[in-house]
Amino acid sequence: MTEVVEERLALLQSHPVKAKQSWPLARIVLSVVFPVGILLIWEVAAYGGLFNSRLLPPPSRILETLAGLAASGELALHIWATTLRVALGFVFGAVAATVIGAIVGYFATIRRLVDPTLQALRAIPSIAWVPLFILWFGIFETSKVVLIAVGVFFPVYLGVVGALLSVDRKIVEVGRIFRLSGFDLVRRILLPAVLPTFIISLRAGLGLGWMFVVAAEFMGASEGLGYLLVDGQQLGKPDQVMAAILVFAIVGKLTDSLLVAATTPFLHWQDNFRREA
Amino acid sequence: MLEIRNLTKIYPNGQHALDRFSLSLPRGEITAVIGGSGCGKSTLLRLVSGLETPTQGSVVIDGQMIDKPHPLVNLIFQEPRLLPWLTVADNIGFGLADLDRQKRDEIVSHGLERIGLSGYGHRWPKELSGGQAQRVAIARALATSPEVLLLDEPFSALDAFTRADLQEHLLNIWTASRPTMIIVTHDIDEALFLARRIVVMQPSPGRILDVIDVDLAERPDRYSEAFANARKNLLQLLHHSLRRTMAVKA
Repeated sequence: MTEVVEERLALLQSHPVKAKQSWPLARIVLSVVFPVGILLIWEVAAYGGLFNSRLLPPPSRILETLAGLAASGELALHIWATTLRVALGFVFGAVAATVIGAIVGYFATIRRLVDPTLQALRAIPSIAWVPLFILWFGIFETSKVVLIAVGVFFPVYLGVVGALLSVDRKIVEVGRIFRLSGFDLVRRILLPAVLPTFIISLRAGLGLGWMFVVAAEFMGASEGLGYLLVDGQQLGKPDQVMAAILVFAIVGKLTDSLLVAATTPFLHWQDNFRREA
Repeated sequence: MLEIRNLTKIYPNGQHALDRFSLSLPRGEITAVIGGSGCGKSTLLRLVSGLETPTQGSVVIDGQMIDKPHPLVNLIFQEPRLLPWLTVADNIGFGLADLDRQKRDEIVSHGLERIGLSGYGHRWPKELSGGQAQRVAIARALATSPEVLLLDEPFSALDAFTRADLQEHLLNIWTASRPTMIIVTHDIDEALFLARRIVVMQPSPGRILDVIDVDLAERPDRYSEAFANARKNLLQLLHHSLRRTMAVKA
């Protein structure tokens, strides 16, 4: 009996369980295999005449269109216009949501006063505001930025209020024992405690900002990635539509990664289940 | 001198946690409070620390009423409750925000030394073991040099070896600066080892059942005959008083 156990032990020692290594290169390759495979099949199928390549242009033609737009300088102009709108809307929406969310989360009376109304406003599909915003702010930049800001506002607001309400009482008591109250309690206990949730809600807000910029640019715009979409539809250029979609995916992912990179240094203290973004 | 007079706490939900608790604690002495759960032990410390306000009665330290957290009083909880976003050093210096950097660093490094964790200052709380974290919590409470230190079952979540080790640590710290201490515990050995006076509580509502003076050295030998005898006497006393109250209730 003991011999068997000893044998097993010896076996275990000679074949130690390998710690899973995260090999960055292998991970990148693995994450790219699937989309590249799909693109290849798509390309081959388009040339084989399996479907109407005028309506579903092959990847090579989309890239060609993209290269053309880039070469003429048009692409940069559109990206810049759209990114600027998202950035402005994101900043206004996130700042308003943070300030209002902090006040609502901290003061119970104000919460009872304001929160139900805000929740009701949240239930309105934000696109429904479009006609009103056009009437109020005109068809130019203001109405677009306001729409994006509204889209960004709610996820950030919900995140801030929710995070503040779920701060551990035990941690707050530590602050109270050291006689912190009011602003000091917020700055030294509540703010750091809600930071992880706050950052996630900022990311959700930014994602919605990119969604709403399309709606905003559908309202009528003479430049921007949304304009490229509408223009492509009206002039029957599916390759341009798909090129714009591709750029949306890339720029959206890029800004999200930027946000993550900018905020990670503040979160290295976290005791996470998994240290992955 | 810490005076607790007629302290009573009835929570808004009607729970009568503490009933007319009176005790005076001489400066610089360690008092243990023992009893089962629901005896109002934790409530007592929350009231003395000013985290809760009493329904009746008062806590007076050197002539000052305590009705909110006070700089001379600090409380150590059952869990370390370190702030995860601060390094060990910043956790210890948490109560010293008003001091200038240099003075704060001085106190913090002295605190680290005192708990035997020099060189751990830059670590994060998540990197500490349970015993280390509780030591940091003790250092954080001591950094502001409180005159009264309250401990709410501070070692109950630790294993037996770490617990004995931290009890030694605590006695060392107490010998160095002699704060008045109240330690709530359900561990009779811990009470006998640390405190020369033991308050026994009974539940619902939380009341003093008995106050026992322990006739042992300031730092008793856990394995001595005297310690074993004191333990036996205490257990007998507990048994008697419990039977007495049972009889009264019946």
